[in-house]
Amino acid sequence: MSKTNVDPLEKPRFYLEEDHHPESSTNLGFWLYLMSDCLIFAILFATYAVVGRNYAAGPSPADLFDLPLVAINTAMLLLSSITYGFAMLQMERNAKAETLFWLGVTGIFGAIFIGLELYEFIHLIHDGAGPSRSAFLSAFFTLVGTHGLHVTFGIIWLITLMVQVSMKGLIEANRRRLMCLSMFWHFLDVVWIGVFSFVYLIGVVG
Amino acid sequence: MFSNPDLLKFIFGRLTLEAIPYHEPILIVTFIGVMLGGLALLGVITYFKFWGPLWRDWITSVDHKKIGIMYIILAIIMLLRGFSDAVLMRAQQALAFGENEGFLPPHHYDQIFTAHGVIMIFFVAMPFVTGFMNFVVPLQIGARDVSFPFLNNFSFWMTTAGAIIIMLSLFIGEFARTGWLAYPPLSGAAYSPGVGVDYYLWGLQVAGVGTTLSGINLIATIVKMRAPGMTFMKMPIFTWTSLCTNVLIVATFPILTATLALLSLDRYVGTNFFTNDLGGNPMMYINLIWIWGHPEVYILVLPAFGIFSEVVATFCGKRLFGYASMVYATCVIMILSYLVWLHHFFTMGSGASVNAFFGITTMIISIPTGAKIFNWLFTMYRGRIRYEVPMLWTVGFMVTFVIGGMTGVMLAVPPADFVLHNSLFLIAHFHNVIIGGVLFGLLAGVNYWFPKAFGFKLDPFWGKMSFWFWLIGFYIAFMPLYVLGLMGVTRRLSHIEDPSLQIWFVTAAVGVALIACGIASFIIQLVVSFRKREELRDVTGDPWNGRTLEWSTSSPPPDYNFAFTPVVHDHDSWYDMKNRGYGRPLQGFKPIHMPKNTGAGAILSTLSVALAFGLIWYIWWLVAVSFVAILAVAIIHTFNYNRDFYISAEDVSAEETRRTELLARQV
Repeated sequence: MSKTNVDPLEKPRFYLEEDHHPESSTNLGFWLYLMSDCLIFAILFATYAVVGRNYAAGPSPADLFDLPLVAINTAMLLLSSITYGFAMLQMERNAKAETLFWLGVTGIFGAIFIGLELYEFIHLIHDGAGPSRSAFLSAFFTLVGTHGLHVTFGIIWLITLMVQVSMKGLIEANRRRLMCLSMFWHFLDVVWIGVFSFVYLIGVVG
Repeated sequence: MFSNPDLLKFIFGRLTLEAIPYHEPILIVTFIGVMLGGLALLGVITYFKFWGPLWRDWITSVDHKKIGIMYIILAIIMLLRGFSDAVLMRAQQALAFGENEGFLPPHHYDQIFTAHGVIMIFFVAMPFVTGFMNFVVPLQIGARDVSFPFLNNFSFWMTTAGAIIIMLSLFIGEFARTGWLAYPPLSGAAYSPGVGVDYYLWGLQVAGVGTTLSGINLIATIVKMRAPGMTFMKMPIFTWTSLCTNVLIVATFPILTATLALLSLDRYVGTNFFTNDLGGNPMMYINLIWIWGHPEVYILVLPAFGIFSEVVATFCGKRLFGYASMVYATCVIMILSYLVWLHHFFTMGSGASVNAFFGITTMIISIPTGAKIFNWLFTMYRGRIRYEVPMLWTVGFMVTFVIGGMTGVMLAVPPADFVLHNSLFLIAHFHNVIIGGVLFGLLAGVNYWFPKAFGFKLDPFWGKMSFWFWLIGFYIAFMPLYVLGLMGVTRRLSHIEDPSLQIWFVTAAVGVALIACGIASFIIQLVVSFRKREELRDVTGDPWNGRTLEWSTSSPPPDYNFAFTPVVHDHDSWYDMKNRGYGRPLQGFKPIHMPKNTGAGAILSTLSVALAFGLIWYIWWLVAVSFVAILAVAIIHTFNYNRDFYISAEDVSAEETRRTELLARQV
């Protein structure tokens, strides 16, 4: 019944005499983390889909959202993704100063994005459309705010990495870290595309 | 001294002396007991100067074996707490009939059943399962550690932090009175204004971080770190079930995190996700929590299935029957577990079509599970069965779990569920599968792998005592609940009017007393085995004539697990090696690259407890300070690039020579 069709008398190699180094798990591990984070966003999107029209006699998206402002905001985040890409290209070329420059530009775009988002939030709360006004606004603030928190942590991480790159240079460990932050940053960009289309565009136009 | 209420409020938030339950004699006695026990433990550690080794070799350890053992110690400690809650409930229900109010006031009783559920699932079953996966998986796949050793240490300490937060609620404040899933609107700010639900939320959030990260870590380990030659279809079954379990963890725990975060926002910020007014939708919570909650039960039971598969093959001296079908059944269960969540609330008005869909998917799960039972039976068929303790647990499981599975199929029929929903029949059913499936599996695993972890076997006499007490106790404790459930008794009652039902509750209480003997026997087994360790010593590293790679190394394994990376040709690779004349290499050792220990995980977890405590009691300065500290420690930790070292070839050689001498003395 045995499935093994190996000759039982033959003595195969049962261990490696040389060193064995499994390939790095970091990329896979970080992807898995991103997918778990993606699920958190999926839940927030689903919640928005379910309660997003429960205005409780309060304001609706068409009353609240300022599309040109959001468009500028979106542009900031998309540009930051491009500049992060430039940073990675410079990293490939082993150009430390240029990498740091483009990382800095990315951080500035990210900070402007967060600034505009905070401005929008304060404005809404000031108009009496805070997160406790209706289930729609609860879901809106939570979804957009969670994304904003992620970007904020991304900026803190970015600054940390800039310090580390300037201290230690583009060593293997730092390249790996830049790669992870790169995936994180682009991931947030993709999520924002979803937020922009699903919350803002459909909310105002649809 | 207490003249400035604003200042006091700033320093202590809503924490006052009233929060200490000095008017509850049961809690005071418990508290004194815990304090004396804790002081005695600290005294012993200080007296024997264990602090240094404890910190260097255990708390900061990134060794997957030590982390696995610590997870299991945590689980056993929390089992005692969760079981004490069970004893209190059974005693209360056996007494509180008619005039007799019992000894637990309702508000206390409600906290106890909530704590019992939360602790048993999150802080007993989860760490137990994670502990086994941590200890066994790298050994089974021929690896030297997990993919991310520091993350592993961090995950363990976050789980422990969650357990500490839940335990704090016993002595400071109160615990949730909402049931283990904290359904809103009851768990919302309007109906549960106290700290109970907040303890629940932050305890689970902190532990959930650990669980998710440990899931990611173990998937990466299994996918990337397998020994050469070990293709997916040559992985041991326990590794397969661990892989599926960790996929489920990564794919569901974020849902729990998000759902609990939304409930926290409702409670802290005043949002309206799950409230009754302003557009909130409590049913959204029920759906979300069960989209996590149903896969969760498979997260627990799949590794138990893996343990039984290993045990059956080993103790019947045969290849596992239907290896491939076992793998496919595990994967099918993994996928189907996502498609059944609504069967937890058939009665909540989803309509006939939706109920029918979820009823049918639920019944379909019994097909791959049934296939597994037959595979185990056919492995036993014409095998040379050795009834050692792990095998006893396995046979006990097969009988008990089939009963639990059948009552599960009954509950999966929506019309039947309308009668049985929230009754004691349900309670009997899920204890039947969780005790009969998960817990029996974990205890089989303890008896099976203990000699691998510590180098001596567990005493079989007390192991058998434990098994029989548990098995008989289980039936006497839970069969009456099936009967009561069919008679319409609902769950979570602290007092019952009809005296004719009392006999059933008294019987169940007797069953719990027998289970208590089972737990006591287990602890006696540990103590007796430790005292008789020279007699029970195993120097071969392979006491059961095992089949998978963990048995090829010494017991306990050296820090580096394997002096040379094994090459795998078959899914029972150690059996294959023994059969085809494998000779243990005695020379040519090379330096081995290993990760360094670090205290960052323990520090971050301590700060997380402080953060959670601040959030629970509205002590905002503590929240701010501990949050900033967590960020700072995490960032500082990343500035440490010096994280690995080499075990020198001489040290490896010395370790292996020691083993060679031991083996020679044995023969």
